[in-house]
Amino acid sequence: MTRVLLFGRLSDVAGWRERVIDPPPASLAALRALIAEAWPDLGAALNGRGVQAAVDRALVRGDVVLTAGSEVAFLPPMSGG
Amino acid sequence: MILLTHQAFDPGEALTAFSRGRLETGAVASFLGLARGERGAATALELEDYPEFTLAAIEAMAAGASRRFGLQDVTIIHRLGAIAPGEAIVLVLTAAAHRRAAFEACDYLMDYLKSRAPLWKREHGPEGPRWIEPTPRDLADAARWDSNP
Repeated sequence: MTRVLLFGRLSDVAGWRERVIDPPPASLAALRALIAEAWPDLGAALNGRGVQAAVDRALVRGDVVLTAGSEVAFLPPMSGG
Repeated sequence: MILLTHQAFDPGEALTAFSRGRLETGAVASFLGLARGERGAATALELEDYPEFTLAAIEAMAAGASRRFGLQDVTIIHRLGAIAPGEAIVLVLTAAAHRRAAFEACDYLMDYLKSRAPLWKREHGPEGPRWIEPTPRDLADAARWDSNP
């Protein structure tokens, strides 16, 4: 299984904050494709400007392999303070 | 010390504790950010973190700032959850031998927190909630430090 976490406006777009995907997709690209199929609005939002991905709590760029039990977080533009 | 907390905190108490017993610190700089009411347009701010990830990212940034500016110590307290107008959102305290390093590190850390720390901010008001993303000014402020390492 793969745990998917959404933050900020992405959870509003999707209507959920956390989902478990089982069986787990083999890669981040495969997960993105699965999301675009199941939640088209979220799929589009993930391609928006400044949206980053973290796998197992480390930021990643491009595609990466996912292992069973991976946690994938999608992070829209950040703003604290 | 980096503290992310859902509880309101007393900035004066934090400054007093941070400054106590420092025999070699010539300068402590502080920045306190408060939630604005926007004349009734904002009834609350809400801050969301990614537990552990956000803390680790801010700790790494604070360690980087300590090296870059030669700080003796740094404290960041950042609120999470719902914050009422007038309440403290963030407190940054920096300690150094001399004032320039303390001021600059404080400025640098706030620029980082505004646009690069993994936090998400939503404003609630009579017209419903809206997510607040970094402004072009916030991004330009943070970029100043990239070109001047």
